[in-house]
Amino acid sequence: MKLEMKDQPGQLVAALKPISAVGGNIIAVIHQRETSTPAEALDVQIVLELPEGRLPNLLELFREQGVSVVRIGEERLLYECTLIMIGHLMHTDLSDTVDQIDRTGSAEVTELSLVMPAIDAPSSARITIRSTTRAEMKRAIRILSAVAKQKDLLIIEPLEDA
Amino acid sequence: MRIAILGFGSVGRGIARALLAKDLDITVTGLADSRSGIIDAGGIDLAAALAQKENGGPCGNAGVSPGDVVAKAEYDVLVEVTPTNVETGEPALGHIREALRRGRHVVTSNKGPIALAYPELRALAEANGVLLKYEATVCGAIPLIHAMQEGLAGNTISRLYGVFNGTCNYILTRMAAEGLTYEQALAEARDLGYAEADPTYDVEGIDAGVKLVILANALLDLHTTLDDVERTGITLLSPEALQLAEDQDCTIRLIGEIIPGAGVLRVSPRIIPKIHPLVVEGTLNAVTVEADLAGDLTFIGKGAGSAETASAVIGDLLYIQSRHVKGS
Repeated sequence: MKLEMKDQPGQLVAALKPISAVGGNIIAVIHQRETSTPAEALDVQIVLELPEGRLPNLLELFREQGVSVVRIGEERLLYECTLIMIGHLMHTDLSDTVDQIDRTGSAEVTELSLVMPAIDAPSSARITIRSTTRAEMKRAIRILSAVAKQKDLLIIEPLEDA
Repeated sequence: MRIAILGFGSVGRGIARALLAKDLDITVTGLADSRSGIIDAGGIDLAAALAQKENGGPCGNAGVSPGDVVAKAEYDVLVEVTPTNVETGEPALGHIREALRRGRHVVTSNKGPIALAYPELRALAEANGVLLKYEATVCGAIPLIHAMQEGLAGNTISRLYGVFNGTCNYILTRMAAEGLTYEQALAEARDLGYAEADPTYDVEGIDAGVKLVILANALLDLHTTLDDVERTGITLLSPEALQLAEDQDCTIRLIGEIIPGAGVLRVSPRIIPKIHPLVVEGTLNAVTVEADLAGDLTFIGKGAGSAETASAVIGDLLYIQSRHVKGS
């Protein structure tokens, strides 16, 4: 997110404090003067990880500190899970299988490697799903398992969670 | 201490060989295979019985049945090591009940009776003031049950998972190492005696599922049956799938998993990093127990084999001998 604050000593620390207060993790702080910025203000970009649902809390704390949030970047898809599928993946409409995950809006298929050893033989695919939260990942895997059952595909899940 | 042995196949003969090789103060007064039996209060000549059996003969006299040995022989402990029947548990179940009713301890390697009737058998043993031990039913030589019942007694187990079937582990190891198809790896496992002519029990995850039921019921106070285990075998696995896992420094293993708090009881092929401690080679078994006080513990060892299974049975016998058999 991009923050704007008064260019005074101690302001940056004051802006960072609320992040740890809500249990967030700062990944990067980028601090540079831009020509568009008024002389008395300072622009800071912060990349951070936050526990689910804490963003409104953080914004409230920023407001109290007199820090204004100029822009909040897109929430990144933090959770990743790689599974393997075996079966007649093409004949059972692979794009529909992928689409059923993507349609959730909160999880998406970001990678797919497909091996088709012979015509009419079952194919194997490695599929990577990313999601914003752990709960959404579980939901995506549940959807994939239900689709697999319907299409008679074998899904191999990882031993450990994303 | 006097024991009677039912079953003189791989496990029974492993026990006989160990008893002959070691001075354990154990006398065998009854012995039966599926065709014959011997009752001798003075002690059976195990070397002679072994020689007879290995020449293709019966171990004893055709007129003596396993039921006769259970009912008539003089023994402190019945050692029940006949093959598993997962549907009915019989005839082992009936023999175990009879011995417990006679006030005799029972040690078994037979998964059927323990998976099907553990609560009833435990109650029967308690009512008669005797012990029922079954270390050999799960993961052969690994003393998992003893470790959980004794060593980890004060712990709460949040998860238990691992490789419970050596046949499947051998097949998956070979598919990953050599790029073999499932059918080729299975044929190789058969040639080496690791897989039965009908491999269904192993490759469909039934064997691993039965072991989960035993652990769940006997150690985790759950009341489950094989039908409660969500079960997927390895028959549909492709060499391509193993290669796709390999590309990410992972492999595929058949994993049995119990999460008591979440009601999870599951056997399925899973993707697992190659550096994970559960990735063991060949026919080995490996089990990780997550315990609240002890943390994670992983046990690795031989899950089957004549001497290995005998090791578990003899461990149970000596446990009973040291604590419960007077004048032995």
